[in-house]
Amino acid sequence: MTLMKSLMGAAASLALTAGAALAEPALIFDLGGKFDKSFNEAAHNGASRWAEETGGSYREIELQSEAQREQALRRFAEAGANPVITMGFAMADPLSTVAADYPDTKFVAVDVTWLDANNIRQIGFAEHEGSYLVGMMAAMASKSDTVGFIGGMDIPLIRHFACGYAQGAKAVNPDINIVANMTGTTPAAWNDPVKGSELTKAQISQGADVIYAAAGGTGVGVLQTAADEGILSIGVDSNQNHLHPGKVLTSMLKRVDVAVYEAMKAGTDLETGVFTMGLAEEGVGYALDDNNAPLVSSDMQSAVDDARSKIISGDINVASYYENDSCPALSF
Amino acid sequence: MDFLTLIQVLDSTVRLATPLLLACLAGLYSERAGIFDIGLEGKMLMAAFFSAAVAAVTGNVWLGLLAGIGSSMLLAGLHGVASITFRGNQLISGVAINFLAAGMTVLIAQDWFQQGGRTPSLIGGGRFVPIELPFAIGPADAAAAGVPLTQMLKEAGWVSQIYSELISGHSILVYLTFLFVPLTAWILFGTRFGLRLRAVGENPAAVDTAGVSVVGLRFAAVAICGVLCGIAGSYLATALQAGFVKDMSAGRGFIALAALIFAKWRPWHALGACLLFGLFQALELRPDVLEAAFGMKIQAQFLGALPYVMTVVILAGFVGKAIPPKAGGEPYVKER
Repeated sequence: MTLMKSLMGAAASLALTAGAALAEPALIFDLGGKFDKSFNEAAHNGASRWAEETGGSYREIELQSEAQREQALRRFAEAGANPVITMGFAMADPLSTVAADYPDTKFVAVDVTWLDANNIRQIGFAEHEGSYLVGMMAAMASKSDTVGFIGGMDIPLIRHFACGYAQGAKAVNPDINIVANMTGTTPAAWNDPVKGSELTKAQISQGADVIYAAAGGTGVGVLQTAADEGILSIGVDSNQNHLHPGKVLTSMLKRVDVAVYEAMKAGTDLETGVFTMGLAEEGVGYALDDNNAPLVSSDMQSAVDDARSKIISGDINVASYYENDSCPALSF
Repeated sequence: MDFLTLIQVLDSTVRLATPLLLACLAGLYSERAGIFDIGLEGKMLMAAFFSAAVAAVTGNVWLGLLAGIGSSMLLAGLHGVASITFRGNQLISGVAINFLAAGMTVLIAQDWFQQGGRTPSLIGGGRFVPIELPFAIGPADAAAAGVPLTQMLKEAGWVSQIYSELISGHSILVYLTFLFVPLTAWILFGTRFGLRLRAVGENPAAVDTAGVSVVGLRFAAVAICGVLCGIAGSYLATALQAGFVKDMSAGRGFIALAALIFAKWRPWHALGACLLFGLFQALELRPDVLEAAFGMKIQAQFLGALPYVMTVVILAGFVGKAIPPKAGGEPYVKER
């Protein structure tokens, strides 16, 4: 047993030293998958940009089940990948145990900000600020004074999105009616476009004519049905305006690609700690391109840009669901 | 809650119940013939992928439907070979089919389209479009009048509301599905084939003694199951949605199994069970309606869990015992 242990230990340390020489970054995608046209795809885009610019290579894995989280982390750390970049809030628990076992490896956690470890770069996004802006646009584009929100899995992060959106919509029109639904309470809620479609139809029958989808793969169904039924939708995370040109009002951008790109660029010299990317850091924003230019009037754009600079300067304070555990503009 | 809201919820019920009903009838044929099939989910998923893929490539949704049915029948054939010819465990074969479909669809999709396990979005002739029945108020009328469709329906009479919202405006597969219910009832209880099919699930030895092929009948049942699951999957991907997304069947095959037990393996009851479960799913999407109806906030998740709870209650024998076909799950071994 002891011999076995020391043999395995030797093998592990060999693997570590061999890997350390390579030190290529590793990227762990969350369950939504690399091409979810949203959150994970943004990470993929950032990593590809880094690989193209530097000619470097990186390792990656798309998680298929909850059980793989810790396994994937340990495998990359054992193989000497550095930094190891993880996507999504669900990596917080495995990271908190694994990071301590590999003090020389640096980890990056996107959407995690509450861990206590000195080798993790924790990146949070001020999604409520970005959502506030698209909420304003939704309220200005709505003719029925009813706007909708469809979330994926019912977790604090998605409520955080909804809360910012509701505040933005109310800032434009205090009497606006906001219909908010969550797709489900299990990870399957990220990949149920059929339910997304039905939710969209249900919200349309309640009068909604602009619907914001923060629901991963489920959002594909929301955007599709909104386009079919002739109402506007708002995409999330990546720029989704091109999915249905002229039918997607805008997309709330969460620059996960920038976060991943910068982490890979910094490599092993990565600065650890907790970072928040808000409007000021261009970590969140709204998308404007040829596909949605006809939908965004100049009034709308100037109002939103004005609000943006006021949020950055602190004149407008967007309440965060995380800090209050409740939302002043929307009850769940 | 006004009358139109009720109609809208029922309309949503019909859409959500259709894939359940198809899968439930598919399971009905298979299990009545003595082949347990928990691979309904996998067959639906496979059909969803191939129907969307072929429809995307050819631009013809009918070819997509054919491909969906074909792929589902292939999996059904696999289940048949494993559990009829080789007398394997039917549950294990079903589980294997579910896993096979979940993995293969994404793998093939990635290799074929390079869009991360999706198919491209279907446009034009690649989708089943809603059929507007004559005299129904549809989106075209609303556009012509320049008012939102909901507004126009609100002003119409209740007969028109039921006709325009609930009966009209579904894809052809929905109407077909509802025709399958009387058809299935007639086949099972009105034809010689149906009698033999039911007999083979209760007492295959007796069927064999009468000189009828047990293996042939069971394969026929499994094939019908494949066809119906194929239509169910195609409906998900090409009528409700415009393309395939990984795992898009989202457990509907399992809810259909629950509905099958709830209906005690009878076609008309299957219709009722699927509509009931569809209604739960539709109500889950309308918390505002629930709140108005009951005067308090009801957790939507509770409705999502209800089909399973009700099935357990039925299985436990509290409300009318559900007795499966007697020879279900047992491979038939000819006596020598």
